[in-house]
Amino acid sequence: MQTSWLLALAGGALIGAAAALLMLTHGRIAGISGVVGSLLPPGAARDRGWRLAFVVGLLVPGAVAAVVAPEAIGASVRPLAWVAVAGILVGAGTPLGSGCTSGHGVCGLARLSRRSLAAVLTFMTTGIITVAVVRGLS
Amino acid sequence: MSLVLAGLAGAVFGVGLLVSGMTQPAKVIGFLDLFGDWDPSLGFVMGGAVVVNLLALRATLATRQDPWFDQLFHLPSRQDLDLPLLAGAAVFGVGWGLGGLCPGPGLVSAAGLGQAGLVFTAAMVVGMVGLRWLRTPPR
Repeated sequence: MQTSWLLALAGGALIGAAAALLMLTHGRIAGISGVVGSLLPPGAARDRGWRLAFVVGLLVPGAVAAVVAPEAIGASVRPLAWVAVAGILVGAGTPLGSGCTSGHGVCGLARLSRRSLAAVLTFMTTGIITVAVVRGLS
Repeated sequence: MSLVLAGLAGAVFGVGLLVSGMTQPAKVIGFLDLFGDWDPSLGFVMGGAVVVNLLALRATLATRQDPWFDQLFHLPSRQDLDLPLLAGAAVFGVGWGLGGLCPGPGLVSAAGLGQAGLVFTAAMVVGMVGLRWLRTPPR
């Protein structure tokens, strides 16, 4: 139990450091949904270079982990059809709400943004309700 | 150099997600399972990330007029709470609780050829493109 708290803290510190590095070098918010979404049509952003480089960088540890630490990539605990619905909701909700866990959570809270605080409280609440409802149904 | 550092930021971010447990849907759902078998450990991910980022961001903005590779810091200035923000966040939260993945961990899992990550990421791209297409109807 204690190990998982320490790993969570260490991983969180790395995520915060990465977000800070992107702000220092490129002056950009490390919001994954925004960085990725702006690469997609319609109306993809013009500044694709740093976005693509960031996404490629993000993917490399995933590919490496699959070989050296496969347990780090957990299997789904839900039917894959649910995961597909979840993906569509996340895909639609994040551009509508201008961000996700990284853009509003890691970056927005660090900027003391009230929009981000409202977004974090909202998605935490609906996430908790969703898990409670699924638990109640199963 | 600019692209190398953007790639490095992405890689450090990805390692952080893997180390922290965010790429394990069971852990994420456990964190959101407040009224069941609650596992608060992932709260430390957000806590650690926000504290480190807050301190580094303050230091950056206090010591520099502009970032290394751009003319200005692209910081959102809006303060208003509007319906799209809250509705979008609410929809995102439902998806997060349903699948146990958010965009970063979804992409990292997909890169590791995790089945859930691949399905999630493909669907997420459909959702992103679909929403943007609906909001900007072609003329």
